[in-house]
Amino acid sequence: MSLYILCMILFCIGIYGVLRKRNLVKIIIGLAIMGYSINLFLVLLGYRFHGRAAIEAETQDILSMVDPLPQAMALTSIVISLGILALVISIAIRIYEKYGTFDITKIKRLKG
Amino acid sequence: MEVHILLIFMIIGAIVALEARDLLSSVIVLGVVSFALCLAFLILKAPDLAITQLVVEILCLIILIRATIKRDLPLAIEGRWIFNTISTVVFICVFLYFVMLALRELPVFGEPIMAVVREYLEKGKTETGAVNLVTAVVLNFRAYDTLGEAAVLFTSIIGIVAVLRSPGKKKD
Amino acid sequence: MSLIVKTITRLIVGLVLLFGIYIVLHGHLSPGGGFSGGVIVALSFVLMMLAFGEDVAVAKISRNLASNLESIGALMFLFIAILGFLGGSFFLNILSTGTPFKLFSAGTIILSNISIGIKVGIGLFAIFLALVILEKTKRER
Repeated sequence: MSLYILCMILFCIGIYGVLRKRNLVKIIIGLAIMGYSINLFLVLLGYRFHGRAAIEAETQDILSMVDPLPQAMALTSIVISLGILALVISIAIRIYEKYGTFDITKIKRLKG
Repeated sequence: MEVHILLIFMIIGAIVALEARDLLSSVIVLGVVSFALCLAFLILKAPDLAITQLVVEILCLIILIRATIKRDLPLAIEGRWIFNTISTVVFICVFLYFVMLALRELPVFGEPIMAVVREYLEKGKTETGAVNLVTAVVLNFRAYDTLGEAAVLFTSIIGIVAVLRSPGKKKD
Repeated sequence: MSLIVKTITRLIVGLVLLFGIYIVLHGHLSPGGGFSGGVIVALSFVLMMLAFGEDVAVAKISRNLASNLESIGALMFLFIAILGFLGGSFFLNILSTGTPFKLFSAGTIILSNISIGIKVGIGLFAIFLALVILEKTKRER
């Protein structure tokens, strides 16, 4: 149970980074941290004491395995978070070109 | 016990990454957090995820460093201090309340329920022929998810190319 | 880049590409699969681009070839999915599963791994190419 709580503390740090920081790169780092904590939480849910990894062996029968379903879902989630991060970074680069800053309070005004 | 140490290490790394003054050093500390996550996956018996996280993190680090290497920002003075702090605290409190509700219903760590997966574990090798059961779940039992994931990745690549393309030259 | 980086890259880049292809092909036997192998394939091209400059890498894979290959990967995955209708349902494994623990065993899973590997590898390479071309045009201006 303490592992779940530590995972949620990591998520709270991500929320703090997204809401409180003013630099765009720091906000992106907060998003990435939130994604990491959720992936780790999904894998923790499927862990089993004294279980083996979910790959069958040729010579012996493996009786207890960890849960492969959350691992598969987290595998999908990792690749999607890579796509999201690259998209957000490219938008941040465009914003830097147009306004010359990463500060989010200075890019509020419209600029022709 | 090892996962506890790695998680505390990750929490410290996350705080350092958010509070560092230099953008380049904060990006590098994010890489440290991600490698600790990769080790945690390895301890939790998920080698597929460990490989994918390692490789994806290297690509993320290259893209982030290229984006921030010559674009540093002098430290901004925080504005609207009271409003921002109160909204952050409120968000975290609401989130922790729902976490507290959810943690009561979860199974104990180390003894998952495995209601759906039991069938996959029994029939996986004979039905699909794949030995690696994670691949069997991703590409055979739940391949719809992979199709949706491929569509999302395709859309994000189209979005990146559309955002980053240089403005076209006007024909005379 | 300096001479040391160029020499080491020339020695290593083929091995990285080969390792990526190995991980894609052995996805149903050992840890790995289409995603991680595809990212390793993309990283080999990124390494070449970082060491020798973007012109060398673009000469290997041009922009048109990259977009065509990515579309081919996505359409191939969809085609494998529709192929399942021959047996009755979407994504059905209609090819023979073969004996386990052999390379050519798991029916359509190995074909799906190859198509996802092509798609992810070329797609991430295209992202990096777009970033590099943006900075190049900005430098020329």
